[in-house]
Amino acid sequence: MAKATNKARILALLKRNARISAQEIADRLNITVEKANSIIKELETEGTVRGYTALISPEQETGTRAIIEVQIQPERDAGFDNIAQRICKFDEVVSAYLVSGRYDLHLEVVGNSLQDVAHFVASKLSTQPGVKSCATLFLLKKYKESGIEMDKEEGHERLKISM
Amino acid sequence: MNVSRSQCNRKNVEKKLSSAAQARPRVAPHIAVLPKSGIRDFFDLVNTMEGVISLGIGEPDFVAPWKIREATIYSLQRGYTHYTSNLGDLKLRQAICKYFQKRFGGKYNPNTECIVTVGVSEGLDIAARAVLSPGDEVLYHEPCYVSYAPTVSMAHGVPVPVLTSAKHDFVVQVKDLEKAVTPKTKVLMLNYPNNPTGAGMTWEDKKKVAEFAIKHDLLVFSDEIYDELAYAERSPSIATLPGMHDRTIVFNGFSKAFAMTGFRIAYAVGPHDLIDAMMKIHQYSMLCAPGLSQYAATEALNNCDEEREAMREEYEQRRNVIVKGFNDMGLKCFMPRGAFYVFPCIQSTGMTSMEFATKLLEEEHVALIPGSAFGTSGEGFVRCSYATAMDEIQEALVHIRAFLKRHKCI
Ligand SMILES: Cc1ncc(COP(=O)(O)O)c(C=O)c1O
Repeated sequence: MAKATNKARILALLKRNARISAQEIADRLNITVEKANSIIKELETEGTVRGYTALISPEQETGTRAIIEVQIQPERDAGFDNIAQRICKFDEVVSAYLVSGRYDLHLEVVGNSLQDVAHFVASKLSTQPGVKSCATLFLLKKYKESGIEMDKEEGHERLKISM
Repeated sequence: MNVSRSQCNRKNVEKKLSSAAQARPRVAPHIAVLPKSGIRDFFDLVNTMEGVISLGIGEPDFVAPWKIREATIYSLQRGYTHYTSNLGDLKLRQAICKYFQKRFGGKYNPNTECIVTVGVSEGLDIAARAVLSPGDEVLYHEPCYVSYAPTVSMAHGVPVPVLTSAKHDFVVQVKDLEKAVTPKTKVLMLNYPNNPTGAGMTWEDKKKVAEFAIKHDLLVFSDEIYDELAYAERSPSIATLPGMHDRTIVFNGFSKAFAMTGFRIAYAVGPHDLIDAMMKIHQYSMLCAPGLSQYAATEALNNCDEEREAMREEYEQRRNVIVKGFNDMGLKCFMPRGAFYVFPCIQSTGMTSMEFATKLLEEEHVALIPGSAFGTSGEGFVRCSYATAMDEIQEALVHIRAFLKRHKCI
C-alpha cells in the first residue's frame, strides 16, 4: 500500500476532528507546528477544505428536515448545472447532489416546521422553471451523519492492565 | 476385635498416603517452580484503583472492525456451530497461505503446512511440546513476552535467555547468541516487532540471525504477531531467507492486527513434518479452534485490509506523540519500529522500574508496566502501551511530567 502523504494525513485527521490542534497534528506526524499550519492553510486556500461545521445531536437539532427528490428538464447547453445552482441559493437547501436513477437532484431541505418545508417546496421549488416534479420525504430520525453514529456504542471493558 | 483391626488398618493406610504425598507432591515439580507472574501484586493494586489512566494494556483499544463482528453473527445465523477440521477450516487456511504469498512471497501449502490455533499462545505451546525432548535448550531474547520461558519449561525444555540492550535498540546480537548456544540448543525463539520494547529487526539483522541458525542447525520459532504493526521498513519474514523455510515455524494471529484478542484465533505456518507433529497435540488437546472465530478470521483476511491499515496508521501517529513526549521530559526512548509499545529508560530517576511504576500509580494514577516484569534486562525501563486513545496518552504524559517534577528528576 502506498504511504499516504502528510497532506492526505492532515486531511484525514481534519475530517475526523476539525478541531484538532496544529500542535497535535505536528506531534502525530512528527513535523513542526509551522509545517502543520502551512499545510492546513494550503488545504484551505486551494479550496480542498471549504469549511468546518459542527455535527449536532438529533435532540438538539431544531427544525424539520426533508429529502426532496427533484426531477428536472435539463437545459440544452448547461444540463442540470444552472438550475441546480439556482436552487442551491435558497438557505433552506442544506445539501444538494445530482444523482443517477429515477430522479435528478437529491436535496436536503430544512425549515422551522412541516408547514414551512411544504410551503417552500410548493411555492419556491416546484415552481422553478425546469423542475418537473418533487417528492418530499420527511426525515424521522437520524442514525448516522458524516461517519458518526448518533447512538454511541456502549463502552467495552478491557482489562486495566495486561502483558 | 474386628473393629480395632480395621481401625488399625485405616491408620496405616493414612500414614502411608501421607508419606507418599510427601514423597510425591500433588503439583508436578516443573510446574511448581514456575514463577507466578512476578508482578501479580502490582496488577492487583492497579485493579483495585478507580480512575486509573492505563498505559499498561497489551491489547488494542479498538473494537474488532464491524465487518468481522457482522460476519461472526452471520455465521451463527447460518448455523455454523460445529467442529471444523482439526487443522482449521480450509477456507481460512487458504486465506492465510494467500496472505503470506501476497505479503512477501512466502509459499505454504494450506493442506500440509498451516494450522489454525487458539491464539499464538497455543501455537507456541504445541510447537514447543512437538519438538522438545527433556533437557533440550531454547534460546530466547530478553526482555520478552512473559510466557516464553514458562512455555518452554512446561514442555520440559530449558529456556536460555539472551539479553538484549538499549545500545542495540533491543535487537538480539549474534555474538551474544554464540555465547549462549550449546550442543543441546535446539530452538531459537524470535519476536520482532517486539513486546515489550517495540524493537524491530531489519532485513540485514534477519540475515545474520538466519546464518547463525543454519550454522548451529537450530529450529526457529518466529512470533510475528506484531508483523502488521510495523512502522519502519517492513521486511519479509526470516522464514523466506535461503535455508530457513524448512527450519522455521512462523506464528501469527488476529489478536493485534485486527483487534481480535477475545476471539482467541491465530495460526502457524511451517514445514510439513513440524506442523504435522503440532497437529497431533492440537488434535488431542484442543480438537480445533473455535469455529465462529475461524469464520471471523477469514473475513478479516479477505475483506479488512483497509480497517487494519487505518488502525496501523493511528498507532503510528500515537507512537510519534508518545516518543516525543518522553524524550521531551528527559526519559530517553528510542523510536520503536513496531508493535504498540514504547520502552523509555527511567534510570535517570534513580528508581527501580518497580518503584517508578508503583509510585506513579499511587501518586498520579497512571499505570504502566515495570520493565523488570519482562526479564532482568528490562530493569531500568518501563513499558508503555499506546493502544490507548490519544487523549488518554496526552493526559498520562502530563501526569508523568508532574511526577518527575515532584521527584526533582526534571
Ligand atoms: C509477543 C506476543 N506473542 C503472543 C501473544 C499472545 O497472542 P494470542 O492472543 O494470539 O494468544 C502476545 C500477546 O500479548 C504477545 O505480545
